[in-house]
Amino acid sequence: MAKKRTIRTIPQERTPVAEQDPGERIRNFDEVSHGYGKEEALVEADRCLMCPEQPCVAGCPVGVNIPAFIQKVTEKDLRGAYDVITTTNLLPAVCGRVCPQETQCEGVCTVGDTLEPVAIGRLERFVGDMAIAAGWANVPYIEPSGFRIGIVGAGPAGMACAADMAKAGCEVTVYEAFHQSGGVLRYGIPDFRLPNEVIDAEMGNLEKLGVHFECNTLVGRLFTIEQMIDELGFHAVFIGTGAGYPNMLGVPGDSLNGVLSANELLTRCNLMHAREFPNYDTPMPPARHVAVVGAGNTAMDAMRVCLRLGAEEVSCIYRRSRAEAPARAEEVHHAEQEGIRFKWLTNPVAVLDDGEGGVSGIRCVRMELGEPDDSGRRRPVPVAGSEHDIEVDLVVVAIGTNANPIIGQTSKLALNKWGYIETDEDLVTSMPGIFAGGDIVTGAATVIEAMGAGRKAARNMRRYLGIRDADAPYRASGADTLFGIDLRERNFVRIQTST
Amino acid sequence: MDKIRTRRRPPAADGAPTEMDSDQRSKFEIVAREDFSDATYLLEIYHPLMAKAARPGQFVIVMAHEHGERIPLTIADYDRDEGTITLVIQAVGKSTREMQQICTVGHCLHGMVGPMGMPSEIGQGQKVLCVGGGLGVAPIYPQARGFKENGASVIAVLGFRTSSLIFWKEKFESCCDEVIVCTDDGSAGLEGRVTEGMRLALEKHPDIDECVAIGPPVMMQGAAEMTRPQGIKTMVSLNPVMIDGTGMCGGCRVKVGDQVKFACVDGPDFDGHQVDFGDLMARLSRFSDEEKAAMQRWSEHCRMAQQPDGLETPPTAPEK
Repeated sequence: MAKKRTIRTIPQERTPVAEQDPGERIRNFDEVSHGYGKEEALVEADRCLMCPEQPCVAGCPVGVNIPAFIQKVTEKDLRGAYDVITTTNLLPAVCGRVCPQETQCEGVCTVGDTLEPVAIGRLERFVGDMAIAAGWANVPYIEPSGFRIGIVGAGPAGMACAADMAKAGCEVTVYEAFHQSGGVLRYGIPDFRLPNEVIDAEMGNLEKLGVHFECNTLVGRLFTIEQMIDELGFHAVFIGTGAGYPNMLGVPGDSLNGVLSANELLTRCNLMHAREFPNYDTPMPPARHVAVVGAGNTAMDAMRVCLRLGAEEVSCIYRRSRAEAPARAEEVHHAEQEGIRFKWLTNPVAVLDDGEGGVSGIRCVRMELGEPDDSGRRRPVPVAGSEHDIEVDLVVVAIGTNANPIIGQTSKLALNKWGYIETDEDLVTSMPGIFAGGDIVTGAATVIEAMGAGRKAARNMRRYLGIRDADAPYRASGADTLFGIDLRERNFVRIQTST
Repeated sequence: MDKIRTRRRPPAADGAPTEMDSDQRSKFEIVAREDFSDATYLLEIYHPLMAKAARPGQFVIVMAHEHGERIPLTIADYDRDEGTITLVIQAVGKSTREMQQICTVGHCLHGMVGPMGMPSEIGQGQKVLCVGGGLGVAPIYPQARGFKENGASVIAVLGFRTSSLIFWKEKFESCCDEVIVCTDDGSAGLEGRVTEGMRLALEKHPDIDECVAIGPPVMMQGAAEMTRPQGIKTMVSLNPVMIDGTGMCGGCRVKVGDQVKFACVDGPDFDGHQVDFGDLMARLSRFSDEEKAAMQRWSEHCRMAQQPDGLETPPTAPEK
């Protein structure tokens, strides 16, 4: 019998989400978006057409089965929805908050062809938050495979790889140079966008899988990558150390006190709690008028942190126009709401000295867009005679990062000409058993892309170790899976490879 | 001069750390402490892996407690047999004074990460001048020893403010061919700054072909100027404000020649004739207002805690 076709109507606009009032929130570090409640989530979930093409799944770097989890939400089976997401993504509450959904799943959503796309990110966050509130995380028995895996860097790439290898029965140790795990989630993304409790909860799930964290460990210097294999007894290693070597402006006045990288500002504020100075010992540079150079997510975070720390005026200086700004649309929107002054098509040419080693202003030129460059974006060119000064006492530089040099300095791994680790398509480096992924391979990208790389590396690592690849149960979704492990086929079997 | 040295001996009879012993020791435990003066103190911290990896010229970042700062400190020495890292610290600001109070033997640091930075290149110099000023005397020691082990003839110039602050003179005498002590007030050795000692050494040994200087920026600048006329290669060790120590924050950027370098991953050793010391000193004053405020607040809390009815505790997390 042919399936009966029904025509249904869906709300034209996505369900709005409650947010803290901009006037209120610039005085606190509480989360801006309150997220969906159950009712709102149900209304929004109903907007999904369950289209057979599922472009959203292909649009997700880790391939979350989005229609399946939304289906579970419409059935009010939130546990089921959580299980569907966590078969491929261990951190739904994090990703629901920080993924650039508009260029990924939501960007290709079928509903989005004619109406506003389904708010997939908000739904994912809703499910993730429900799981944290309910404490869903019972872990099945995993048969040990006998392999030991070392992960360098406890950021998104390393955690994704760690989770998958732990599920495959490996004994996983994650090394982190900072005193807390989380990588960019911890030091970079501020609390009002990603609260620490969310990171703790989702990282806690990793520990429940048996992943062991070693903080205060600088791999490369305390022991080398080679030593991890030769002396520490790891059968395979994944390097996910991130990009993390900030570009500075390279204009006169660059080294004045009062010029700092967004990395430094954010690390002081988030990881070191400088906003609670002097209860915490790390200080924050004083700032009344701030210029942030750049328009990526890091720049948005830096500007909004400055506002919350009491800056009177915060400007965003970006040499291209709003259309080219790399930040998530929602972040730009939130920043505008909070009163950030955007100076599009403006480029700094010098930082001005106040005569006491500090900053008195920033000299800029106006730009106009010329011919497209290699990246396909129109190249900004300076407008003659458009020099002007903006009065500021703090300049925050958020114009991207370079490859961190430590692993390159201390190992024989092949690097490309920019200093990033060279890998093949399977994320295999020039040394057997050593894999790498995330920003240290691709240059600065997003959290979810790093997680995608971590998972891909794990897949190839299992193949390298001769662990039967059990991606089939990963794809099989349903309420029976926990952390992607099908309860009926819960163990991975180690197959002896030819000697 | 009161030098109090305390040490927690490992339980093994022969003094060597045994497996059982390492199990009993907690992470980042302070196993020995020596007070050189009322402001300068030495800590030996148990970290066998780091003791094995450390090389002259490298540094660590310590956090005394959960609310603490990340403080970069040059490794003064390491003992691979005992599995310890030696740090010499001067109580100058709030954090280092607080550490002076809480870092007793048996106390565990909240964190210690390293060894960071590029190890010093122990060059092929035949006659080497090792110059240490104040606290810089400590980290120059492993370099002097390294040069000696390389077969060089080593002359040490050690500068202190006054005789009561002198430390490790014997240690240097055991590995150097000549040790010149200078004090600012002339209470011991040569009167004057290290540059006086350097002048003496350079006159006496015109064949000195390499120099290493560690100490306050103004001292390193002076040392570099002393050797510039003869063009003697002079390495200095920079210790600017930093947070992560892994190249991530860029707070420690310094001007060397016409380039901007990050002291944490490109250094901390640089050619002293190339370093822009004016820029370094300006950048070191970045947080001087905040440092003063924190120091004042800390002193007040200490004073109140000492009063019989002062119920208030220091503002930071108490010792765990």
